[in-house]
Amino acid sequence: MRATAAEETQSGTLVLLCLASWIIPGAGHLWLGRRAKGLIFLVALPLMFAIGVAIRGRLFPFELSDPLVGLAALADLGIGAVYFIASSLGYGGGDVRAVTYEYGNAFLIVAGLLNMLVVIDAYDVALGRK
Amino acid sequence: MQSHLLLMAIFAFFVSLVFAVVAKDEPRDQLRFGSLMFGGFLASAVVLGWLMYPFPL
Repeated sequence: MRATAAEETQSGTLVLLCLASWIIPGAGHLWLGRRAKGLIFLVALPLMFAIGVAIRGRLFPFELSDPLVGLAALADLGIGAVYFIASSLGYGGGDVRAVTYEYGNAFLIVAGLLNMLVVIDAYDVALGRK
Repeated sequence: MQSHLLLMAIFAFFVSLVFAVVAKDEPRDQLRFGSLMFGGFLASAVVLGWLMYPFPL
């Protein structure tokens, strides 16, 4: 069965919505008119990520030889554009000697995972499930 | 900022905030859900901390 033009347009829009929501936390909700939710995500998630960087957390490299490091890198990437901005500016090197190193990692990883949850929520809202 | 308790509270705040906003639509429900979750985080961390207290590193 072939998809109609309207369905293809809708699925294209959904992909764009999810991409926007991933790149800029909260953008998906702002797009869908949920301003308050979108603004909360837009402020809270990058702030959480910034705290993780500030307390010497590490942005993990994509090392497939160590699955846990690879998964942590994938979770870090979940925050979207903020990840690329921080890594291009040289932040996120981490300092394993710092008392707050593990806390920093937890902040960075969870900020990325929460943004993935926000992307899924935006997708559900767009489909009318919520 | 090196206080583990403070960092744990900040972490719990952000996680509770995002979960409350994702899970609930009404501000009143969000506040209730978020507060409960934040309190649960803090209480469980303190309880688990005390339970681990007798064990040496």
